[in-house]
Amino acid sequence: MSSNEKHQTDGRTGDAHASSPSDPRSGPYILLFFILGLALSMVVGWSIFPKLLYSQKSQPIDFNHKLHLEQVDNGCQSCHFFREDGSFSGSPRLAQCTDCHAELLGESENEKIFVEHYVATDREVPWLVYSRQPDCVFFSHSAHVFGAKMDCETCHGPIGKSESLKPYEENRITGLSRDIWGRNIAGFKQNTWDRMKMDDCAQCHAQHDTLHDSSVQTGRDACFVCHK
Amino acid sequence: MKQTQTQTQHRPKRYGMAIDVDKCTGCGSCMVACFSENNVPFKQDETDKLLSITWLRVYKISNNEKFPNTEVAFIPRPCQHCAGQHEGHSPCVSVCPATATDYSVETGIVSQIYTRCFGCRYCMAACPYHARYFNWWDPVWPAGMEKSLSPNVSPRMRGVVEKCSFCFHRYQQARDKAYAEGRREIREEEYQTACTQACPAGAIVFGDLNNPEHLVHQIVKPDIEHHYRSHNPRAFRLLERLGTNTKVYYLSSRDWVRKSGDNYLPGEPVGLQGKADTHG
Repeated sequence: MSSNEKHQTDGRTGDAHASSPSDPRSGPYILLFFILGLALSMVVGWSIFPKLLYSQKSQPIDFNHKLHLEQVDNGCQSCHFFREDGSFSGSPRLAQCTDCHAELLGESENEKIFVEHYVATDREVPWLVYSRQPDCVFFSHSAHVFGAKMDCETCHGPIGKSESLKPYEENRITGLSRDIWGRNIAGFKQNTWDRMKMDDCAQCHAQHDTLHDSSVQTGRDACFVCHK
Repeated sequence: MKQTQTQTQHRPKRYGMAIDVDKCTGCGSCMVACFSENNVPFKQDETDKLLSITWLRVYKISNNEKFPNTEVAFIPRPCQHCAGQHEGHSPCVSVCPATATDYSVETGIVSQIYTRCFGCRYCMAACPYHARYFNWWDPVWPAGMEKSLSPNVSPRMRGVVEKCSFCFHRYQQARDKAYAEGRREIREEEYQTACTQACPAGAIVFGDLNNPEHLVHQIVKPDIEHHYRSHNPRAFRLLERLGTNTKVYYLSSRDWVRKSGDNYLPGEPVGLQGKADTHG
């Protein structure tokens, strides 16, 4: 591309004047062409494409984590609890919410929608789960919360302090939440909860425990620890 | 043998199976249980058994004698979870170019990671037991059936190899429960494979071969110094002479059944002691 450009300009100047192999005036234009092209591709790759890649969805109703966390005794586990067999319940189901919200408690618009649309009609709220992983991933909340004594915040961030739910950004190709890949397009992360990719699991597993050399193939964690 | 941190802290687990061939009636309950537990796909036309996917398959063998001396026996064959002569040197694991199959020294289970497998089928060629199966097509579930699939086992896509995992997800679930109760160790009855529980004859016993309290250890009496060869005179392993050091043991009082576990020459005595040793 660049050499063609050069030949064309050279050819034209060559017709007008006596043949001069390099016109000093064409140099800056070629450079400008490259810089513009680079800038354009940077804009496409770093800001337009990520915007196209994710579609924005809003949650069915807004939820105030901060307010609820102040009302309950048992922290996150008051609503996101563990079952007796050690499995994790994930997002609360309607029955849990109706324990308190059988009728309107406050004056917020969202609660009114919740009671009228979901409690009265006995429909589950179709929450969009930011941290939903692909089907091939096995993750044990038990092992991390009870075994490693980790805080919810380490992976999920200070979501308990949020007063409203952020929009759910769905990757149009994979169908997964943006919270899995992270917001920083360059891949840098400041906090442990910025991303939930395999590398992030692996990073922590390499650092924080002594049992992570069970794989014959890799000398690290066996694949079956997190895959199913 | 690979020296691991796990081994210095506590003895690694070595999950294995003892299948009593004399008790097996060939009913196929284990196959059905395995199918439904592990979301094993089926095809619209299952008549071509060469393409069927059966993580656990019951083979029928016969002594080929004339009536009235005819006898048959059934050999249920899950993945044998070979350890090889050097712990972890399973035929499939050592040939996989994608690190899609792996041997865990902590549990002795040979894993298969479908999202890493690119379907070269080298492992299938290496496996002496035909325990590995290739997905030629994406599974098509009859309408509504996808709702009855187990959420704990991910369904396989086309183009990957799959095999029995000793119901590893049940191990994970058992560990979840243990963690919730503040334990690190799981009990024998907490982790049992689907086929073990489904066998109406009680022919399949599953547990930790390294744990003397587990029934499977008491039945097999493995000789740890000699590649876990069994001290039980009724026990044999499939193709033991290959040195695959499998974790599935078969039991039979009948000579011809024990003999059929390996490819013996006509007239060759059964159970050549020390044969595997010359190997490793």
